Amino acid sequence: MRRALAAPALMVLGMFAHQAAMANPEPWQLNMPKGVTVTSNEVHDIHMIVLWICVAIGVVVFGLMFVAMFRFRKSKGAVAATWDHSTKLEAIWTIIPILILIGSAWPATTLLLRMADTSGSEMTVKVTGYQWKWRYEYVDFFGKDPGINFVSSLEAQSNRARQLGSGIDPASIQVDGVSTYLLDVDKPLVLPTGVKIRFVFTADDVIHAWWVPSLGWKQDAIPGIINSAWTEISQPGTYRGQCAELCGRDHGFMPIVVKAVPKAEFEQWMTAQAPAPAPAPAPAEPAPAEPAPATATTIAPTTAPQG
Amino acid sequence: MAHAAVHDTHHDAHDHKPQGFLHRWLFTTNHKDIGTLYLVFSMLMFFVGGSMAMIIRAELFEPGMQLVRPEFFNEMTSVHALVMIFGAVMPAFVGLGNWMIPMQIGAPDMALPRMNNWSFWILPFAFTLLLSSLFMPGAGPQGGWTLYPPLSLQGGNSVAFVIFAIHMMGISSIMGAINIIATILNMRAPGMDLLKMPIFVWSWLITAFLLIAVMPVLAGAVTMLLTDKYFGTSFFNAAGGGDPVMYQHIFWFFGHPEVYIMILPAFGIVSEIIPTFARKPLFGYQAMIYAIASIAFLSFIVWAHHMFTVGMPLGGELYFMYATMLIAIPTGVKVFNWVTTMWEGSMTFETPMLFAIAFVILFTIGGFSGLMLAIVPADFQYHDTYFVVAHFHYVLVTGAIFAIMASVYYWLPKWCGNMYSERWGKIHFWMSVISVNVLFFPQHFLGLAGMPRRIPDYNVAFADFNMISSIGGFWFGASQLLFVGVVIHAVYFSKKRAQARVWDGARGLEWTVPSPAPHHTFSEPPVIDNSQLAHGDVTH
Repeated sequence: MRRALAAPALMVLGMFAHQAAMANPEPWQLNMPKGVTVTSNEVHDIHMIVLWICVAIGVVVFGLMFVAMFRFRKSKGAVAATWDHSTKLEAIWTIIPILILIGSAWPATTLLLRMADTSGSEMTVKVTGYQWKWRYEYVDFFGKDPGINFVSSLEAQSNRARQLGSGIDPASIQVDGVSTYLLDVDKPLVLPTGVKIRFVFTADDVIHAWWVPSLGWKQDAIPGIINSAWTEISQPGTYRGQCAELCGRDHGFMPIVVKAVPKAEFEQWMTAQAPAPAPAPAPAEPAPAEPAPATATTIAPTTAPQG
Repeated sequence: MAHAAVHDTHHDAHDHKPQGFLHRWLFTTNHKDIGTLYLVFSMLMFFVGGSMAMIIRAELFEPGMQLVRPEFFNEMTSVHALVMIFGAVMPAFVGLGNWMIPMQIGAPDMALPRMNNWSFWILPFAFTLLLSSLFMPGAGPQGGWTLYPPLSLQGGNSVAFVIFAIHMMGISSIMGAINIIATILNMRAPGMDLLKMPIFVWSWLITAFLLIAVMPVLAGAVTMLLTDKYFGTSFFNAAGGGDPVMYQHIFWFFGHPEVYIMILPAFGIVSEIIPTFARKPLFGYQAMIYAIASIAFLSFIVWAHHMFTVGMPLGGELYFMYATMLIAIPTGVKVFNWVTTMWEGSMTFETPMLFAIAFVILFTIGGFSGLMLAIVPADFQYHDTYFVVAHFHYVLVTGAIFAIMASVYYWLPKWCGNMYSERWGKIHFWMSVISVNVLFFPQHFLGLAGMPRRIPDYNVAFADFNMISSIGGFWFGASQLLFVGVVIHAVYFSKKRAQARVWDGARGLEWTVPSPAPHHTFSEPPVIDNSQLAHGDVTH
């Protein structure tokens, strides 16, 4: 309950205090994380630009409304005017918003162009959504097929606690003093930092969406369709996210964990995984073996519909 | 025919109502009675949908699953939306249109009174069908109100029930829309030119065209779902050569105009109420009409902004971003005009005015988050989070529903002949406006911090704002019981009789008939006096 005291202070600091890179959601968090990629920082910037534009317009419009409400009261003896239009005013408040919109569309467009450009990637991971887990296939790393392929699903402690009436306190599920309830998996997606990674997404049953807020975007995983996106993580760390598209009963229980490590460490990890189905050595706790769904697609993605 | 006309006039003079409950309500062709039926039905559905929201907020009160299974939670989110959209908001506006449009244009009734009866009486059957699916083996719809395949097709036979219910709601809406267009275009009193009509009538005329345009699109989309499930087609099944994303395009081609169907009549209502209580003509009457028409047009060409993350080509994303941003311009014109209408007025703050002012402020906040959502790169973060939930509840609850409540307070004395309790109306207002912000504002933070929508349980980091939001939710829900109390008191118990012109600043034909409005009004067309128009003299 110390948090209850800290809360108002945090809320006042709010928008600014929380701009530090946050890997994972924090109590009383008010704003979008800046994330750990150049893209996610730019997404955060454009979010703040548009937010402040809205705040400024809001201050002016609501300010005028409140002035009107206090000055032009019948109880204060205000007498109503009779004018009912002004072409000049109406032209002004049509043109100014157009200029503001152009001003905010410009940076949005340049950023979107960059986000859509998956060319020059050095590594490709294929992500397949299933009810209710993710399969990760490392299909390309600097021109070689690492042949790593595993399924990642909600880790066992959270899974026990989230059963109806389990009696387990969700707050008791922690890693390094931070709650990982519903945000931890049995086998995280291990990725290298400083490498442009292309993801291709598809799904096997229904539509899912792969979202790690620290990377700055989400992308739908749709059966029969292959989507793509890219990232280049700048700092090592563990970044958590969740499925963002309603996918049935356990939609709330298919988290995503990205473990970003320096490239050299990643290569070691990859070697350790090598021959393929061998169980992962260190990072993840041993989990009940998850049989690979028989329907796993093997089509190598060659094209991506997203431009 | 001459004989019949004389006969009717005779009955009008005695305000003849059909005798007997069934005869009066089941067989009614009277626009006022049908309007009342729509409004009562809407209120009932508001509480049905509201109790589902209470279940949702109760489960989300703290982390961990305490009350319901995830399947049931998904049923609640899906059916809550369907009931609120098709059962509460849309019928409320049709009810208001039924009551007020003939009285505002000086028509004796709707153009097609028998169809009017039918379009209402379809609704109770449609909702019985929809709600009964909750009690069926295999449970009700769990795939969200948008019914995205392939997920929606995983349901049991509730899929068929929901689809047929949607067909019936669509038929009802289309008939209601045809009736409104026919009434407005054919039944106006002599001298009530199109550009002299009250803005509420204008907003409904445009809304009715939207309804006719898009309800068949929804019917087509859900029919394709039906044949995919039961007749082996593969419209949306990738394995059979179909495309699940095509459903989303068709659905949102309906869905985006649909959200304006739920807000344009609200614009009309607020444009009636603010001039009345500012005692000043509506600023920029014609600009307001052009703004509504522009928003209606734009609503057809922005649908894919609901699907920025499905992997559209870059050109598509850019186009839908720019087109969506354009909507801010006519919407801005409307907000600026409302503020300017208040400027140099002589304002009083009765309950309808309070709700109308809250509408302008809170709807604008919903508009701001809408503008943020239009920015594609930022939408990649916002999409399918509680930020979106906060956004559309600001525009639908503090937008559409606040406007409906404003209009009920505004016109209730005209309907029932008694004044409501101003004191309790204001208590209802303040309870609602505070609690609704406690309920929905923290959801912006939750979404930005990373909480997806439609999840029954969440990480401990999201606990505090969820608890605040739930408290606001229970408070808002309980406050609406006051609304029912105020309405029942006004209709049955209030001793304070309403004047014909209930509000001294009110202009327009509806205030020239007695309160309560007689069963039949304007059997003889009224004479239009330009100085008595709701929006000032438009001749200059």
